[in-house]
Amino acid sequence: MTPDQPTIAEHDPTTTHSLATSSDHRRPALLVLEDGRAFSGVSFGATGETTGEAVFATGMSGYQETLTDPSYQGQIVVATAPHIGNTGWNDEDDESRRIWVAGYVVRDPSPRPSNWRSRRSLDAELVAQGIVGIAGIDTRALTRHLRELGAMRSIISTDDLDVASLTEKVRRSPTMTGAYLAGEVTTAKPYVVPAAEPRQFTVVAVDLGLKAMTPTLMSQRHIDVHVVPAGATIEQIEQIAPDGVFFSNGPGDPAADDASVELLRQVLARRIPFFGICYGNQIFGRALGFGTYKLRYGHRGVNQPVQEVAGGTVEITAHNHGFAVDAPLGRDLETDFGTARVSHICLNDDVVEGLELRDGDRLVAFSVQYHPEAAAGPHDAAHLFDRFTALMAAARPRPQTTPPAEPPDEADGIASTGEVR
Amino acid sequence: MPRRDDIRSVLVIGSGAIVIGQACEFDYSGTQACRVLKEEGYRVVLVNSNPATIMTDPEMADATYIEPITPEFVTRVIEKERPDALLATMGGQTALNTAVALAESGALERYGVELIGAGIEAIRRGEDREAFKEIVTSISVDGIPAEVARSVICHSVDEVVAAAETLGYPVVLRPSYTLGGVGSGFVHDEAEARRLAAIGLDASPVTEVLVEESILGWKEFELEVMRDGKDNVVIVCSIENVDPMGVHTGDSITVAPALTLTDREYQRLRDIAIAVIRAVGVETGGCNIQFAVNPDNGRIIVIEMNPRVSRSSALASKATGFPIAKIATLVAVGYTLDEIRNDITRETPASFEPTLDYIVVKVPRFAFEKFPTAEDTLTTHMQSVGEAMAIGRNFTEALGKALRSLEDPRAPLVLTGEITASKEDLVRAAARPHDGRLGVVVTALRAGATIEELYAATKIDPWFLDQLALIVEVAGAVAEAPQLTADVIRHGKRHGLSDDQIGALRGVSGDEIRLLRWEMEIHPVFKTVDTCAAEFAARTPYHYSTYDEESEVEPRTKEAILILGSGPNRIGQGIEFDYSCVHAAMALSEAGYETVMVNCNPETVSTDYDTSDRLYFEPLTLEDVLEVHRVESLAGPIAGTIVQLGGQTPLKLAQPLKDAGVEIIGTPPEAIHLAEERGAFGRLLREAGLPAPRYGMAASPEQAGEIAEQIGFPVLVRPSYVLGGRGMAIVADAQTLTDYVTTVTRASADDPVMIDKFLDDAIELDVDALFDGADLYLGGIMEHIEEAGVHSGDSACSLPPMTLGQEVVDAVRRATRAIADGVGVRGLINIQYALVGDILYVLEANPRASRTVPFVSKATGAQLAKAAALLMTGRPIATLRAEGRLRAEGDGAVAPEGTPIAVKEAVMPFSRFHTSEGKNVDTLLGPEMKSTGEVMGLAPTFGVAFAKSQTGSYGSLPTEGTAFISAANADKRNTILPVQMLSEMGFTIVATAGTARILRRNGIKAIAARKFTQCPGRDGEPTIVDMILAGQIDLVFNTPRGNSSSGDPRRDGYEIRTAAVLRDIPYITTVQGLIATVQGITALRQGEIEVASLQEWAGATAERFGVAR
Repeated sequence: MTPDQPTIAEHDPTTTHSLATSSDHRRPALLVLEDGRAFSGVSFGATGETTGEAVFATGMSGYQETLTDPSYQGQIVVATAPHIGNTGWNDEDDESRRIWVAGYVVRDPSPRPSNWRSRRSLDAELVAQGIVGIAGIDTRALTRHLRELGAMRSIISTDDLDVASLTEKVRRSPTMTGAYLAGEVTTAKPYVVPAAEPRQFTVVAVDLGLKAMTPTLMSQRHIDVHVVPAGATIEQIEQIAPDGVFFSNGPGDPAADDASVELLRQVLARRIPFFGICYGNQIFGRALGFGTYKLRYGHRGVNQPVQEVAGGTVEITAHNHGFAVDAPLGRDLETDFGTARVSHICLNDDVVEGLELRDGDRLVAFSVQYHPEAAAGPHDAAHLFDRFTALMAAARPRPQTTPPAEPPDEADGIASTGEVR
Repeated sequence: MPRRDDIRSVLVIGSGAIVIGQACEFDYSGTQACRVLKEEGYRVVLVNSNPATIMTDPEMADATYIEPITPEFVTRVIEKERPDALLATMGGQTALNTAVALAESGALERYGVELIGAGIEAIRRGEDREAFKEIVTSISVDGIPAEVARSVICHSVDEVVAAAETLGYPVVLRPSYTLGGVGSGFVHDEAEARRLAAIGLDASPVTEVLVEESILGWKEFELEVMRDGKDNVVIVCSIENVDPMGVHTGDSITVAPALTLTDREYQRLRDIAIAVIRAVGVETGGCNIQFAVNPDNGRIIVIEMNPRVSRSSALASKATGFPIAKIATLVAVGYTLDEIRNDITRETPASFEPTLDYIVVKVPRFAFEKFPTAEDTLTTHMQSVGEAMAIGRNFTEALGKALRSLEDPRAPLVLTGEITASKEDLVRAAARPHDGRLGVVVTALRAGATIEELYAATKIDPWFLDQLALIVEVAGAVAEAPQLTADVIRHGKRHGLSDDQIGALRGVSGDEIRLLRWEMEIHPVFKTVDTCAAEFAARTPYHYSTYDEESEVEPRTKEAILILGSGPNRIGQGIEFDYSCVHAAMALSEAGYETVMVNCNPETVSTDYDTSDRLYFEPLTLEDVLEVHRVESLAGPIAGTIVQLGGQTPLKLAQPLKDAGVEIIGTPPEAIHLAEERGAFGRLLREAGLPAPRYGMAASPEQAGEIAEQIGFPVLVRPSYVLGGRGMAIVADAQTLTDYVTTVTRASADDPVMIDKFLDDAIELDVDALFDGADLYLGGIMEHIEEAGVHSGDSACSLPPMTLGQEVVDAVRRATRAIADGVGVRGLINIQYALVGDILYVLEANPRASRTVPFVSKATGAQLAKAAALLMTGRPIATLRAEGRLRAEGDGAVAPEGTPIAVKEAVMPFSRFHTSEGKNVDTLLGPEMKSTGEVMGLAPTFGVAFAKSQTGSYGSLPTEGTAFISAANADKRNTILPVQMLSEMGFTIVATAGTARILRRNGIKAIAARKFTQCPGRDGEPTIVDMILAGQIDLVFNTPRGNSSSGDPRRDGYEIRTAAVLRDIPYITTVQGLIATVQGITALRQGEIEVASLQEWAGATAERFGVAR
């Protein structure tokens, strides 16, 4: 921030206080679900028409991070927190190069942002990026509906206000099941996020919808992060000669992404240390031979209790996933690459939240379904990045010039000592 | 890590009397704790001196000690009960301080009692400012150290001044180890520094004050943190203060969740909070951590932590549905968060962080009107006496509901009408934090002030100011709409406008708007507080209204009874009424009804989601209650609505509710009116042959003068329909009367002034009784210790009455029966009598649960509120007797030998209030109630019971030392004997010259002291005030005369009493009080005072009267 920055943002003339009334100059808007249920509200952000899978996100903070999370590609996000836009839009908190949500559903958009870092209003940013939203609807009723009936396709329109017509359109739109979307969000070209000095590790991060905080946290841990697009080959990775490989979060149905699964199998076969997050966890699951399935309405929020199975410790974690790995809890499974087990579960519903792969007693690869990079969300699981560096350090054949990190089972203090941090 | 089996019994310490800064939130937390511990199979031992609590109900613990919460008494309880563990984090600062004292005295070690929850080291680290500061600054999050405000610890006035100069004025003073910020405040110059330093050092039990850099105007946040024995930590709730730093959080309007933080900022607060609870070492349980955030650059400062549950925990529990006290108790006995079920979803564990899809607003309730000379500027020193909370689907809706929940006609925002003040004046007025500031901000906005101007003046975050501007804009749209269409009404409703506000904007009444709205079928929907923003289904019907689309109230088949609660605590209407409502819910639920609670006070047990079958967190206004009634009548059959247990708040709604078609059960509204309408009630008394003081009603000052001449001075004057003696005064002459009538009331035909003959030297009696139309059950007769003229709520009293003969008791019974029958009571009635000689005068009758119901219930072992609730459903007293709910024979007025004596003592908030010159307000008692709470002393004899009541309320009576005596002429004669006894017990007697002369003449050695107005003598002889302040006096007796509460008390009496309050020594203002004190001191000097549990007393009572336990 610059010192001369005004502490109160100018009032944004594009927003108005009033909502859902005749006195309002916002345009009427309609949200229709594929089962025909309709909600009428007013336009928010850009006007026009958009389709996507309606999902609800329960975080009370961090809408900027949420909207710029590539995992939301193709989804219309319903914010359960009623006031959205309070802190405006700043230049620092984006998790990627743009907003990805297909549409945004809120109850009460903030007429005026207030935060020292705010540069413009959320409404203005949505308009600038052409994101169609709807405001002034009963978001709780919509959330309850999605909870009971499951995530479903939906449409928002400010052009067409006919429920029947919109229902027909939404039923023609693509479903999330079977959708391969990583290719739509991945980086066009490889790039490097340099390590904080002194550099200790090199990691190839396969961008399947990578959030900016992930390479940032790796960089802070002295990792040079070579981000490569989805569809990279094992040869391209080997050329970089990384200490480890990372598969990011991302949108879409993991069952539709055989290429990433094959790539990861090649990585595992070469015994390169691996860490995966979210979609990366699902791809890891598939590489190990497990299936994946679609959750009824997914986990999207920043308050989910995840238990580390071995130590019993509970962490509050950020989630954004509609699919999950179908793996048995509580027992070891022999795979092509070693012994796999479910390392983490969500205490709300016992969904698989983490996997690990061991060669004998030695950890060789691990992944989590949730978001240790947070952004938005709690930082409870940030230590998993340390676990990754420890894994890479332990896998190195020769002594280090810099002091080596602890071997994985020691550094990963949860499992061995029952303590956190 | 499941339940600990190595401990079998747990001692829980409550928080004692309700005082400012420590109110019924600790009954809520203590009740949850006791309930959970019992459910888990532990033997629960409880100490709490406050009888008006649910936690002291005998079924809540295995051994309930209504004894003073002092280290001495608690040690005696420990000796007797030998508990394995002590849970001290549920009873506020009182319990925590007691635990520290018990640890320091070695009592815990001696008896092998383990502190669970927070250990002694954690308590010290959290409470000791210097230690806490070191801990915070040693924490680093993401490589950036956590910060505290720069500060210096001082132990003398000079050190304070030096520190303030180093840090630069303004600075903040914070005395160590004090409650609710007593003695803390901003200091702008040296003179102020010297004055406040003296007060602060004195208020601190360790004579320590922290001088701190000013962070005035920064944003203020609180996080509620929960940790278990496996080091799992969750943040239950974030709270943002609308009033920025500089106003105590208890006095601030607050909102949950925090609304003006980015995720990055919020997560840093969260990380620091978690690091702090770990570093302080609170092993298990809840904590509250406060932060200041610089709005210009996001710099975060940790202000303080409470290593215990707090007022904010209660608020956070109600705001989120996460029962902090209950969970804190479970983790204290070994459970981990993942082993505890979330009651609301029943599927998910407690190891999660609640997420809200609504906005919660809490507003404080002040009582400045009770202390006319008090300065109403809000500071870091808490002054509010209660709070209301409201839930809405946006901030404007929640704020509107919260303000109307205060039940203060000045609280809801005024959105129409001419503005006389200039914009500049309004902005300037808004700069000063005070009760009603939000209203000034809104008026300034209406007068054209910009958000920038108001932000500069108030430092209230622009987001909130903009929301207020939004309300003004919506009000404008409502006012200017050509027609009041459904859309226009919905628009106003969506932003929290009440029917009354919309009516005012449209120039019609609120009733008309309501009728129109109902005709248009515009109703709020009721949504559910579910901890998870609808991610999981909620199993607990905890509802709030909102103008939105979908309602979530489930149908039911059982008959429901609605219980209207009492709203925010205030002086005159506090926890006692919540107690009665909770008891009604318990009894009616047992009787097979579905109970539906309506209340808006987050501190209470009644607003726990498991107290009733259904909870509606709603304002207690006609509009809001009718909507609850409507939605419940659509859900299933309603057997009735109870208005007589929640005090004056629901009682006032009785007639309008009935008019709107709501069936009121119990005493009908007409009967309520009959008791409150003086003319009709006077006729009733005449017909029954019951004497009452002569009285009249005046519609003008002239008329008032005439009436007073007729009935003779002194007279007691008051506005009609009052609770807590609001605006009451005793007036001795015509001029004062004229002044009173013109200034205090607006005498008119609609709102007449009541003028009663004031009965000098009367014994006042308070009676609580049940009446079913045929039978009368006297709950108890309480004899006041102070004479008539002191408000019954402020007077100490004893039950059974100490000096009444059987004839008087019989007369009371006859009179009570005649009144209950004449009024048409079905349920409880409270009657105040004055006994002058042999004549029993009727002072007033209130056909509702009274403040004394819990005291009487605890003292006699018969739970009157439960009986009343059942009686209202048609169950006669005979049945209640047969069921063992009431004594099988006799009643509370029958007290044979061996009955324990219960003494109630009131606790006053005087030390909280200061005049504009910074002096304490006067502590004189009068007909206007000023106490915030009460304690009970229970013992076989009056002297011991009185001594316990004094110990419980102020600290022990002295058993030796120096007593200061200053009696008004009329009292001198009656003072001699008790003073002689004090002297014989070895007390040194100091007296004012006149009193000393009389005492000496009667053979009592008395030293004359200079009055304050005489100033110190030529050789520096101190005045009595100097002596009190120097700690040379242990007991003050000072009777004032001829004073009114109107704000100009005689100087000497005022200075003496104020000094006594500052030194926290007993000050007695009536002869009767002095006599009781002497009896108490005599009892104390006779040796060890026994402690006994309610269960032990009940055992004895049950044998005698056949009351079921």
